[in-house]
This record gives sequence, C-alpha cells and structure tokens, in this order.
Amino acid sequence: MEGADRMSETILEVRDLHLRRGERRILAGATFSVSRGGVVALMGPSGSGKTTILRAIAGLEPFHEGTIAMEGVTLRGGVRPASAALRSLRRHVGLVFQFHHLFDHLSVTRNVTLAPIHVLGVTHHDAEARALDLLRTLGVEHRASALPRELSGGEAQRVAIARALAVDPPLLMMDEPTASLDPSRRNELGELLARLSAQGRTILLSTHDEDFTERWVTRILRVNDGVVAGI
Amino acid sequence: MSRQSLILGVVLVCAVVGRGLKTPALQAADTVGRSLQTPAPQTPAQAELKWAGDPEGGAPFVEADPADPTKVSGFDVEIAELIARGLDRTPRFLFVPYASIDQAIERGTAEIGLSGMEDTPARRTAMATTIPYYAFREVLAVRDADAERLRTLADLKGRRVGTLGGTIAYEILRRGEQKYGLEAVSYDDDVHPYSDLLIGRLDAVVLDNVLAERRQRTMHGFTVQPQAIAYSHYVGVLASRNAAMRDAINEVLRGAMRDGTLERIFRKWNVWNDDQPALYERLLKREAIPPVAGIDETIGVAGVSRWQATLRYVPSLIRAAGVTLILSCLSMAIAVALGVLIASGRVYGTAPLRATLTGYVELMRGTPVLLQLFVIYYGLASVIKLPAFVAALVGLALNYAAYESEIYRGALEAVPLGQLEAARTLGFTERQVLRLVRGPQAFRLALPPMTNDFVALLKDSSLVSVLTVVELTKQTQIFAANLGSWVIPGSLCAAMYLLMSLPLSALARRLEERWKAPTE
Repeated sequence: MEGADRMSETILEVRDLHLRRGERRILAGATFSVSRGGVVALMGPSGSGKTTILRAIAGLEPFHEGTIAMEGVTLRGGVRPASAALRSLRRHVGLVFQFHHLFDHLSVTRNVTLAPIHVLGVTHHDAEARALDLLRTLGVEHRASALPRELSGGEAQRVAIARALAVDPPLLMMDEPTASLDPSRRNELGELLARLSAQGRTILLSTHDEDFTERWVTRILRVNDGVVAGI
Repeated sequence: MSRQSLILGVVLVCAVVGRGLKTPALQAADTVGRSLQTPAPQTPAQAELKWAGDPEGGAPFVEADPADPTKVSGFDVEIAELIARGLDRTPRFLFVPYASIDQAIERGTAEIGLSGMEDTPARRTAMATTIPYYAFREVLAVRDADAERLRTLADLKGRRVGTLGGTIAYEILRRGEQKYGLEAVSYDDDVHPYSDLLIGRLDAVVLDNVLAERRQRTMHGFTVQPQAIAYSHYVGVLASRNAAMRDAINEVLRGAMRDGTLERIFRKWNVWNDDQPALYERLLKREAIPPVAGIDETIGVAGVSRWQATLRYVPSLIRAAGVTLILSCLSMAIAVALGVLIASGRVYGTAPLRATLTGYVELMRGTPVLLQLFVIYYGLASVIKLPAFVAALVGLALNYAAYESEIYRGALEAVPLGQLEAARTLGFTERQVLRLVRGPQAFRLALPPMTNDFVALLKDSSLVSVLTVVELTKQTQIFAANLGSWVIPGSLCAAMYLLMSLPLSALARRLEERWKAPTE
C-alpha cells in the first residue's frame, strides 16, 4: 500500500540538540525522529524543555549544538540560519502556540487568510473560500467575522489551528493544546487530531496530560532535563 | 512649552511678589521675594514705585547686568529713578516682556511701564500715558549698495521690509503693503531685522532712530536714510484708572525738561539730539502733541469702534489661522514620516544606527524648540538661507519627529512578541511582519498620543513668529497691540484654535471607534 510506505518515512530528524540560556542548560542532547503520519507527544514536567524543542523546530529558538533536519532543510547549532532556509523550513511546519497569538487587529477570517495571500500568493477569493472550509471543519465558522478578543479560549485555539493549517504544513506542532480545554473539549481536539493524522498530516504536540495522551496519541517521547527518551 | 507660558509664569511671579495680595501665605511669599530681589537697603517709610521694563530691549533703554539680572541700567532706568524721586518713592524694577507691559500695568503688576514704549493712538485711548519724554524718528535702513536706489518706502515695491511686530513701524509697513506694494516682515526683536538685511533676506528695515543708530555701532554694511518716515515719542504707560498719578508724573517730567535733568540723562546715553529741545519747548508751553506725525493716515484702529476694528482685522486673522493650519499639517506630516523611519531604525537597526537615532531624539527632546528654530533660521543662515516658512516647517517637523518616533517605538514594542513569532512561523518575511502585523497594530496604539501631539503642535506653531512668520497668535498680538485690549482678539484667537483642533479630535475618536469593530 502506498500509504504504508509514506508512513514509515521520517519527516523530522532532531539530533543532539543543546541549548543554554546563560548558565542554565535547557536542552542537553535531545535526539529523536518523527515518521510521517501519527500523533506524537512530547511529555514531561514543566521546564523540561518541551516548548523549547517545538520552538527550535519552528526556527524561533537558536540552539548551540546539534541539527534539525526536515524535508531537505537542515538547521545547524551555532549557525545563524539564512532567512531563505528558515522560510523554506516554515513552509513544512506549523505551530499552534499555547496562548494562540492570533493577530488582534484582524477578524478570524483575515487571521486565516493572511498567510495564504501574502506568503503563498493565493487570491483573496480562493484564500477566503479555503479559510471558511477550514473554519467549518473546525466548528468555528460562525465566528468568521469576530475579532480574536471576542473568542473563548477553545474557539481561539481552533482558529489558531485553522491559521496554521491554511498554509498546509505537513507537520503541525501544538504547544500544550489541552491546557485551556475542559474534558469534553479535549476529546473534540483528540478527534480532530486523529482526523488530521488520517489525512496524512503529522502532529507533534507537547503536553503533560496523561489521560489525553493515553487516548489520542500514537507515540510518546519523554522529555526530562533536556533529554528525550522514546517509547 | 512656549514663550507664552514663560510670560505667564513671569506675570504670575510678579503678581506674587507684588503687594496687592492680602492672604498671610502670599504675604510671606511677598517678603521672601522682596528679600531675594532687592538686596539694597531702603527706608521702610518710603513706598515703592514698581515700574515694568524689558531688559531684552537692552541699552540704551533698559539693560540688565549680566552678573545680576536684577540690576538694570539705561535711560529708562534713570527716568524711573527720576519719577520715583519726584513722587518721594523708591523705584523697584520688575521684568515684564515688552509685548506684555501694557497688560501687566493694566492688571496692577506694576504702576508704570518704561521701556521705550511708543506713543500710539491705541495706548493713549486704552491707557493713561505720560507726556512724551523722548522724540524719535522712524528711519529706513538699506544695504550700502542700495543707498542710492532705495530712499523711501515708495522705492520698495515688491521688496521685503522688516521691523518689530506690533509697533508703529509695523503699521506703517502694513499700510505700505497696500500703498507701495512692499512686503512687511514682522520680527520679535530688533537685531535680526538688520542681520537679515545684511544677508539679503530683507531689502530694508524700518525702525526708530535710537534702535537704528545703536545697531549701526555694532553692524556695518547698511545705510540709514536721512529722510524720516514718521515721528513719534516714548512715553510712560499707566493704567487708565491712575490718571491722577500720571498727572503728577507729568509735572515731574516737565520739571526735568526745564532744569536739564532729562538732557543730562539722554546725553549720558548718547541719544540727545535737536528733536528733544523742540519737543520739550512745546510740552512746556502745554501744546497738544499728536502721537504720530509725518504720515497722512491715522495709525492703528484707535479712531474706530471696537467692532469696526474687529471687522477690519478678521480677514488677517483668518489668513493667519490658515498659516497656522497649513504649517501644522505639513510639519506633522513630515514629523510622522520621519518618526516612523526613526522608530523603525531604533527597533530594527544596527547598534551604531540605534545609538545615532537615540542621540538625535535626546537632542531634539532635550533642547527647547524655540532654540532649534533660531538655530535653523538664523544660526544656519551663513550656510543655507532658508525662507522663513520653510525654516519654520523644518524646525517644527524635526522637533516633533523626535516625539513621534518615541510614540511609534513604544507602540511597536507594545505589539505582543507572540504575534510576531506566530507571523514568522507562517512564513512571513520580517518586512511583511512589520507591514501586516506589527505596523497596523502599532498605529492603532499610537493614534491617541499622535492626536494629542498634533493639537500641541497646532499651538506650538505660534513659536515660529520669532522667524518672522505671522501666524494666528502673532496676528492676535498685533491686533491686540493696535486695539489696546486683549479681550476681543484673545477670544477670537481662542475660538479659531478650537475650530481647528476640535474637528481633529473628533476625527481621531471616530477612527478609534471604527478600529474597535471587526475589519471584515
């Protein structure tokens, strides 16, 4: 089956990641790889370096040693990446922040269409149609013209997911996605992630929510003191 | 922050130091002020004669000792001493800016103003003026090279002629605009008209012979034409309610004319000439002396009713308001553009660029805009001779750009970092992040303080009158000087400023409202 081939393919390769902030060691040789498809969770206590790993993969966090390789782009520790390489990396990876960071001055729809229009060069019309599709899939279509400050935490999260998906990244990362959700919403999120994964997208999330990972995650990576252990 | 507030401060300080206040607290302040200001011993029985003058006028009128500004000398100082002696009082000098002396006298800050005060019809109507104590001539000064060609006002068609604003000479030039087609240029001091004449910004200067001769001793290259344009006098100015005191002072002055005291004073200060004995003779014969002689029309608007005078001044007030509005809008537009560049440089630039821009902002914010305007117009005149309006525009724009840039920098830094990172992960370039995410949000944050600054600029633009630009406040001063009252000109001026600032505030509020609603 063609799908099975693709599933075994490595989409992300993180090797020996070291990162210090002043004297403090945040990452001390984090190494792991992620295969295409599936829902992978980075688990560990607060301050173990989960968020930092996600940020490093998104190119937001310069690191001192190690490599991050994805879809032909490699970031190297201690080297300032070229902005073209960064942008190319970011075409393959989306990040949904714990606090969403929606653009406060734009409506929900414009939050979702901004990148397709200005980064991918999609027409306004097409970008909007796709945005409304995404919002419908995520169940927030009725908030299309609202401003971010008018949304609830769960709605804002789904808009942030729509915004990340609008540029169609093969790898979608989410930082503490269950933190702001009540249990029924967590299950909705789990179903959504399962659906996205079934469509061939890879999900990498950070969490310390054992119940959620038990039910919805296909693979767990334990992060402790800046080191990753796979299960 | 402006000269107006400085003047207000000085007037307030004078009022506190003055004696008309009864509360114990203010009496205490009174004592403190007195002990600070008058170290000289005085007989407690002898009352003071508070007289107002402006040392900016300098010698031979009133000149302050550079080491101790409360010590003054000059012929007006000696005349004040003469009058005080005649009234059996002790003179005490109060510094009041020249343009505010009438108002300070009227409100009782001082009893008499002596500072080369011109004998105008308006002053005679609104105040109690003494008999003239010095006769002067309005004289025309031109560059030496033009001495043969430019002899009278009639020769000055299409040329720029400078003088002090709000004086008899300025009124003569305003008439000359209609009569001879010259262009009157108003200055706030009597030095820069001559320096601008020498560097070619002006073709002629009309001021009185005392000022012209004084300048000729320090500057060379201009000729004073022998033919007088008009004749007038210096007088002492008292409040209209003090007519009895004025009459007593007149007798003191007549005595000093008779016994040669005035002649000694004026000889000492090198300004004695044949016009004085002729004036004194007529005064001692108690002849009526007209305020201004030698020109056919009456000067100012003293002859007509206040409403007629107002009607006559409204067009020039509207023109001046136009100057204020255009100047403010243009300089704000430049300040906003420069401010955006400076703020972007300070947020995104390299370390040396950031340091340079920070230095610029600190320099512009840390020094008075009045000083900056002087430097740009007069200081740089040897390098680049900017027209007055351009210098005013550049000066205000450069100054306000510093303030705007701080607003924008603060606003840029107030946009949450998380949103910028979110935009970066979506693949935007830094430029796109600024244009699509950071800039629009920063602009919304910056709008209220910007509106605030624009309204402030509208009023700060009155400072450019020192560069000979006649805007609304200056025109109001000229109107008030000629009317002898601030009530109508001041109210009209305030109304015009409000008419300009209120729509702006309303527009800003509407924009803020609109941005609260969704953009879709």
